[in-house]
Amino acid sequence: MLLTITTTYSPATDLGYLLHKHPDRLQTFDLAFGQAHVFYPEAEKDRCTAALLLDVDSVGLVRRSYGHNRENFALAEYVNDRAYVASSFMSVAIAKVYRSALSGNSKDRPELAETPIPLCIKLSVLPCRGGETFLRRLFEPLGYSVISVRHSLDTNFDDWGASRYFTVTLEKECLLSEILRHLYVLIPVLDDEKHYWVAEAEIEKLLKHGEDWLSEHPEQEVIVSRYLKHQRRLTRQALHQLGDSIEEEETDSPNEAEIEEHIGLNEVRLTKATEIIKMSGAKRVLDLGCGEGKLLRKLIREKQFEEVVGMDVSHQSLKIAQQRLHYDRLPEKEQERLTFIQGSLCYRDSRLSGYDAAAVIEVIEHLDKPRLAAFERVLFEYAGPTMVVLTTPNVEFNIKFENLPAGKFRHRDHRFEWTRSEFESWATDVSKRFGYSVTFHSVGEVDSDVGAPTQMGVFTQQK
Amino acid sequence: MSVHLHRWGCLHNRNEIRFPRIYNQQKPLEDMQIKIPDQSLVVLIGASGSGKSTFAQKHFKPTEILSSDFCRGLVSDDENDQEATKDAFDVLHFIAAKRLAAGKLTVIDATNVQHDARKPLLELARKYHYLSVAIVLNIPAKLCQERNETRQDRNFKPHVIRNQTSQLRRSLRSLKREGFRNFLYILSSPEEVEAAQIERQPMWTNRMEETGPFDIIGDIHGCYDELVELLMKLGYEVTTKEGDIPVIDSPQNRKVLFVGDYVDRGPKVVEVLRLVMEMHKNGIAMCVPGNHDVKLTRALRGKNVAHTHGLAETLMQLENETPEFKEQVADFIEGLVSHYVLDEGKLVVAHAGMKQEYQGRASGRVRQFALYGETTGETDEFGLPIRLNWAEEYRGQATVVYGHTSVPEPEWMNRTVNIDTGCVYGGKLTAFRYPEKEFVSVPAKKVYYEPAKPLQDRTDGDLPTSVPKDDGILDINDVIGKRIISTRLNHNVTIREENTINALEVMSRFAIDPKWLIYLPPTMSPTETSQKTDLLEHPTEGFTYYRNQGVSKVVWQEKHMGSRAIVIVCKNTEASQKRFGVIGETIGVCYTRTGRPFFDDDTMENALLSQVKQRVDTAGLWDTLNTDWLCLDCELMPWSVKAQELLRQQYAPVGTAARVSFADAVGALTNADNRGVEVNELLENYQNRSDTISGYVNSYQKYCWQVESISDIKLAPFHLLASEGKVNFDKDHLWHMEMLSKLCISSENSVMFTTSYGIVDFQDEQSVNTAIQNWEELTNQGGEGIVIKPLDFVVKGKRGLVQPAVKCRGREYLRIIYGPEYTLPNNLERLRARGLSHKRSLAIREFALGVEALERFVNREPLSKVHECVFGVLALESEAVDPRL
Repeated sequence: MLLTITTTYSPATDLGYLLHKHPDRLQTFDLAFGQAHVFYPEAEKDRCTAALLLDVDSVGLVRRSYGHNRENFALAEYVNDRAYVASSFMSVAIAKVYRSALSGNSKDRPELAETPIPLCIKLSVLPCRGGETFLRRLFEPLGYSVISVRHSLDTNFDDWGASRYFTVTLEKECLLSEILRHLYVLIPVLDDEKHYWVAEAEIEKLLKHGEDWLSEHPEQEVIVSRYLKHQRRLTRQALHQLGDSIEEEETDSPNEAEIEEHIGLNEVRLTKATEIIKMSGAKRVLDLGCGEGKLLRKLIREKQFEEVVGMDVSHQSLKIAQQRLHYDRLPEKEQERLTFIQGSLCYRDSRLSGYDAAAVIEVIEHLDKPRLAAFERVLFEYAGPTMVVLTTPNVEFNIKFENLPAGKFRHRDHRFEWTRSEFESWATDVSKRFGYSVTFHSVGEVDSDVGAPTQMGVFTQQK
Repeated sequence: MSVHLHRWGCLHNRNEIRFPRIYNQQKPLEDMQIKIPDQSLVVLIGASGSGKSTFAQKHFKPTEILSSDFCRGLVSDDENDQEATKDAFDVLHFIAAKRLAAGKLTVIDATNVQHDARKPLLELARKYHYLSVAIVLNIPAKLCQERNETRQDRNFKPHVIRNQTSQLRRSLRSLKREGFRNFLYILSSPEEVEAAQIERQPMWTNRMEETGPFDIIGDIHGCYDELVELLMKLGYEVTTKEGDIPVIDSPQNRKVLFVGDYVDRGPKVVEVLRLVMEMHKNGIAMCVPGNHDVKLTRALRGKNVAHTHGLAETLMQLENETPEFKEQVADFIEGLVSHYVLDEGKLVVAHAGMKQEYQGRASGRVRQFALYGETTGETDEFGLPIRLNWAEEYRGQATVVYGHTSVPEPEWMNRTVNIDTGCVYGGKLTAFRYPEKEFVSVPAKKVYYEPAKPLQDRTDGDLPTSVPKDDGILDINDVIGKRIISTRLNHNVTIREENTINALEVMSRFAIDPKWLIYLPPTMSPTETSQKTDLLEHPTEGFTYYRNQGVSKVVWQEKHMGSRAIVIVCKNTEASQKRFGVIGETIGVCYTRTGRPFFDDDTMENALLSQVKQRVDTAGLWDTLNTDWLCLDCELMPWSVKAQELLRQQYAPVGTAARVSFADAVGALTNADNRGVEVNELLENYQNRSDTISGYVNSYQKYCWQVESISDIKLAPFHLLASEGKVNFDKDHLWHMEMLSKLCISSENSVMFTTSYGIVDFQDEQSVNTAIQNWEELTNQGGEGIVIKPLDFVVKGKRGLVQPAVKCRGREYLRIIYGPEYTLPNNLERLRARGLSHKRSLAIREFALGVEALERFVNREPLSKVHECVFGVLALESEAVDPRL
């Protein structure tokens, strides 16, 4: 991976003094993850280019990380792009190889280090999550002129589309140290990845290298959040130190409208489900497919419910739910009311028998249709709760979502989405077969043509 | 004071164990034996110092004895700490419950002089359908006191022993009423205690030593003619003399088992009774009672019973019989044991079935279950009791054969089979042959009795007789938790709980309908690392592996670079519905090695399946193999069909980034070189590496092509895994390749793709060299490599199963595994260090499970038993093993 710095300042070869690297020599530095080479492809009086060639030893990385850091997929694979792109490895190399230049010191040309000079940076391969728009939004407010060329994934297979890699040229007349500090921070931000564990010390680095420009940068929050690997606590802390009081949620990502809508809808859905179960007089309640515990949170607030069981097929989700509900820190009495079990709605499970109510909120659309038959029997025949509250999307409403392309489901994992009549005929059939009666409810604002965004069936066991 | 041993043991129909009936009979001491059933809860009763512990130690194994003193010690470090009594008994009851659940004889060594102390023990026995035995050590208080005084650790006040003794005396009268009805033994002196002998007797239900072969015959209900005909059809010699009971001779030591309901409704009850009783007497038949038989007995004994459901007719038929005969009938029925556990526990026979927890146990409820099954207490529209379907939930190992409820065809459900095919209602009389698991039946000569509820509509006459019936519902207990699965190839395979946790999610969210999921292929290990300087893998090491395992011939097969696909194809939709129990108009399925649907859309899958089916039609394989379904192990190409995401997220990006990166680096270095900077070495290094990138891109590009329709897809089958009645792991790989070659006749439009292969005979150096040459050619042309397999599908070596296959991949192909630049000497050197042992052990375990799954499916075992194995494979796949191997 190559990073070149070019200047047309005269004499251009003074760049060597700023970087503390002799223009006529190849210098090689050992780094923890490989080597860095510095050399000058051109060194004329009116134009001089210094190249930093980073040689990441990917085989070494895999062999070291395997067994310790298996979750970091990118580093656990021999086939990975880290050796060939600008990433946090490059930031580390800049800090190590161009240490003095980064901090604005020059032993032999101290005044030049404090003089703006015309500079041109070329990053051979820069991964940009967020594309060219985001790239420009990062660099243009800092006064750069940006030229970028996007590379296709594979020239033999046009239909695979474009890659996230750009060859980027940045031009600006400024201090060398300023440019290096921008690169140090923004390269990993564009890559949206870090090769090392991000902790509090990372805030210091960010504030140090972002000292005089980050607080004014319009993309400050995204920069901070990505730089700190989206860790909310660290992000909040850093933004606070930057003197920022803006709420962190306030981002104008393109999906905002849909997300907003969705969050609102989910809240309405859960509240309604809780209300209906409460009204039924139920005391022992199941939340089947409890996910990360949003409904459980509402259910345990209701003292009427003496026993609440959250079941999910994903062990990971259950762990998150326990954390979110601070299960470990609940008083013993409360802990006794709440149980988590891993289970699946495709398997008969005696642990689910004998409950007053079961909530099955936005679950069935995640099951393959051929598995529905098993689901129906597991829930209605074997678990047989007195009441079932079940919701699923109303596909007719999808045309109202502006950001949802026609014919697409609301979630990648949805196996189907039903119209109102499809849902109602399924639910009616199920209720007949298993001795339940069913009523239908709308969740969310009802549109006169397409109905409500979510449809709900409330099944009651007939005595 | 007379020294006598009182024994009460009575024949009681509600109990399974019957010991000689001796009422109040007093026998001289020296003869006296305490007879106890080998599954019983023995409660010792006696004051402190009466010698219970000594008695227990003398007659029972140390592990059979649960002593309250010992439990006190466990919870308090002091065997005499009376404050710990409650906790000590909690522990004692807990352990006792575990032992009873496991079917172990258990002795309670505690004073047990109070009713309150005995009550929980009797409850435990009832809960686990155990017989309770009381052995009372009725020793004078004075003697107990003396004994205690000699012991340092016991300093009971005299009144304690006195109280215990008087409580014991008071209890004596009520012990029988409390529940020690049949086994109450009182030892009234130290001499009696000393002289007593314990004799354990097997439960009457336990006939494990009877291994068959058996012919188990369903409900007869007086259908004598059909019974005789059936016996003859089964090969029994029936010699009939006018007016006499026919003489039955059994072929090849076969034995008849009758499931009961000999009487009522049918025309020749007397004849049936005579024949059955005679066969029973001669030891040709074993019998269990049916509910009708028991009711008849009650009537014969003069009890007031309603003469309904055919009883009136039976009594009429018996009218002219002698009182002696009637007495014999009643004795015969009363003498029958509710159910039998046979053939080392592998077979259970009972009239109305027997759930796992009750098998071999004795209690009123067990007997009730054997006679009537389990009912909800409600009745249906025909006035018949609504039955709880215990068979649906049955997960026991033993095959349960039963009758009681008429069905049109013998019905299998989870290793249980109902063979009451309603002969008396005009159905047929059916026998189940064991261990053959075949049905033999004769049709009823007429409808003798109109059923209250019509038998279900008969489907066509010649249904395969053992349609697998299974309600298709899997239970969470079939899959979660730590599991140990017995396989025929590799003994037990253990699945760790953390792996089943992962597999449950994958199976529930992503896998195809479990009814189709009858096999998952094992992982495959590469050859040992090659010693050649610029290679990681070479066929030599693969051959060496098998040679060292004692294999003399192997096959090599071209390894296609696509994705593993399991294809099940049926002759028609009826076959898929009938054999696999799936709903809908489908003729099969195509799934990945992790059980996911291969294609996102049905159109492509259906097109593929119909092409495969056409091939099978043309090749005439349905007839050749006498089957209407096939399960094929295949590779499906191109790789890009299934790996699109991987290509776009990982392979193509790395290629692009590396290409651009190296081009720029080489450019910059060239410029520096031109300027005279000493970068020569570095430049050369980068130029070499730049070449490896094009090699890498070429490698993955070869496995990708645009798929617009089915004709762009290639399916290369290499194992014909199974078909009806056959699992083909006993055939060698040549058989597989030859059978499959009938499907893979090359033609432009065919989806079927031939796999090249060859045999290597280690005696013949030439064949070894040819195989290596073939590998070189294949891999030079961009092929992935070859797979080397022993000629026989399953090979056992000195240390267990041999790898069913090892792969040997090409030098260029491995770039997409180990990275574009893996061939650089510095990289290769480091990559050589790789451990295969975990991967190989995993491959063996998964192979054993996969084979087991198919065997179970083909043997028509319940879905849960098949699913358990494929779930196991999936769970093992979540074990952490180097993914590059």
